[in-house]
Amino acid sequence: MHESAGYSGSAALSVDQAPPILVPFRFFLTAPLFGTFAALLLLFLGPAAWASRWSAGILAATHLMALGFLTMVMMGALLQMLPVVAGAPVARAHQVSALVHPMLVMGTLALAWDFLSGGTRVMAAALALLGSAFIVFIAAITASLLRARAAAATVRGMRLSVAALPLTVVLGMSLAVIRTWHVALPFATLVTLHLAWGLGGWVGLLVIGVGIQVVPMFQTTPPYPRIVAENLTPMIFSALLGWSLLRVLAGHAAPDSAGAFIFLAALGYALYAVITLALQRRKRRRIPDITVRFWRTGMVSLLACALCGLSVLWPGGRSPMPIQLTWGILAIVGFGVSVVSGMLYKIVPFLVWLHLSARPDGRGRLSNMKQIISVRHANIQFWLHLASILLLCGAALAPGWLARPAAAVFACLNLLLGLNLAGAWRLYRGLVSGSARS
Amino acid sequence: MTNSICLLLSTDHQRCDELFTAAENAVHDHHWDIAGANFQAFLRAARRHFDVEEGILFPAFEQQTGILSGPTQIMRREHAQMRELFDDLESGLGAQDRDRFLGTSETVLVLLQQHNLKEEQILYPMADRALAAGVPQLLQRMREHGVA
Ligand code: HEM
Repeated sequence: MHESAGYSGSAALSVDQAPPILVPFRFFLTAPLFGTFAALLLLFLGPAAWASRWSAGILAATHLMALGFLTMVMMGALLQMLPVVAGAPVARAHQVSALVHPMLVMGTLALAWDFLSGGTRVMAAALALLGSAFIVFIAAITASLLRARAAAATVRGMRLSVAALPLTVVLGMSLAVIRTWHVALPFATLVTLHLAWGLGGWVGLLVIGVGIQVVPMFQTTPPYPRIVAENLTPMIFSALLGWSLLRVLAGHAAPDSAGAFIFLAALGYALYAVITLALQRRKRRRIPDITVRFWRTGMVSLLACALCGLSVLWPGGRSPMPIQLTWGILAIVGFGVSVVSGMLYKIVPFLVWLHLSARPDGRGRLSNMKQIISVRHANIQFWLHLASILLLCGAALAPGWLARPAAAVFACLNLLLGLNLAGAWRLYRGLVSGSARS
Repeated sequence: MTNSICLLLSTDHQRCDELFTAAENAVHDHHWDIAGANFQAFLRAARRHFDVEEGILFPAFEQQTGILSGPTQIMRREHAQMRELFDDLESGLGAQDRDRFLGTSETVLVLLQQHNLKEEQILYPMADRALAAGVPQLLQRMREHGVA
């Protein structure tokens, strides 16, 4: 009761309504475009790109997806979700998103261009744009996460994920500097760290942190076991940290103990995937749900990636290149894109409905979310997605045969996702301007 | 902790959720009688929940903290939105219009869940802290209104 002064601050108002619809939507609507760029690039380059994960084409496509698709949607979703999940709206969300979005778009394109053109002066521009985008975004999100009142496991997961982001970015920028200006630093170690913090930290921890909260709610499953919900993200984060320190301090000289840490992180991810799949089997709602399908696909892929991670303890060293490429596809497309798409199909129709119903004149025009994105189109998109995961993995193993078909299907799925989302946006704009005229 | 606003009302959320899903499942299977019974049970439970919050919890919270236009105001607005959608669902059920019912229930599910999330993560813990010594008496009054 003596705390009541604390409630009069901004935290008291924190259970606020959503930010303006364009704040998340500009990110959501851009992501499929970057997916399409990545696909067209792979289509154009054909089998040659698949020779190695270090080929210019694969590096460019990796970042068109990791930055232009996954990070793009995750940024929009965080700006949208923080008031709901953490009770901490992002201050000036509108300005933050209007500033960060164009810099992320141009920076990602510049980075991809630099990879493709074999290192040019574009890298300086890419680094300036991406660096500024991340500084603004991380500062805004951190300010709100520090204020967050909800002490839930979800907030902890979000904090750890956002803590992994600057590490990823600084490592990525160091790699870029080494590449472009030939600085003498241990490149191989830094690449591994960058990749692990990007996918296993920023992307993976956000999915787990949010998932332990929203999977039971929106997919009507039983809750995650308390001990898992509370401890999983700190455990994975600590494992990544311990491993990174060993790698930095001892380089390749300390493979055994470093392997144990990676084993722990992989075990955490495997556990999350297995528990989620088990919970989904016990969901109460029997109505077919596109989000559940996408998440199931994501969890199977995550499990496969984690099992590969567990295998670091096996003797014998490095896996062959096609296996490494397959791992990347399963992590980025199989896990990341699946989970993100599943979330988009839930959140986009809801936001359209929410913002329409918040307008005095928009109410009653649309109560049915299934009118916003057609179930049939969403289903077609899901099957294309599944096919493209398999084809892309196939392309890693037999690029001569499958590189172009895989890229073509991947382009179709991104185009259809884009059309589905753009359709929802057009419907919203139409109803808003229609009611303004009448 | 065992005797908190958070626990009592979160448990009540779960009961409402289960009735709601049971109604949706029955509509999905074209079992209109079962759907009707479950949906009516859900409506009674949900309306009672809203009434107890708006009649007992929110006023007590507002009086104690002096925050009148904060979270409670937003929760009231969302209750109003849900009451409107419940009417839509009821007429969809009356007309045995499966697509209409399931289309609207999709909206209700998301609205309801994000609403519950905000209450369980933010408002209820805030209320437990702010009302501290008054909690047992408040719980008693809520139970008397049938929230168990
Ligand atoms: C400012 C942002 C970023 C910059 C400047 C950057 C830059 C780089 C560079 C220079 C490399 C090494 C390329 C080479 O081998 O020559 C690399 C590799 C990689 N990056 Fe990034 N990166 C950024 C963000 C991210 C993010 C957010 C993710 C994931 C979510 C990510 C995932 C990866 C992966 C998986 C690789 C390894 C690629 C492979 O093995 O083929 N990057 N990055």
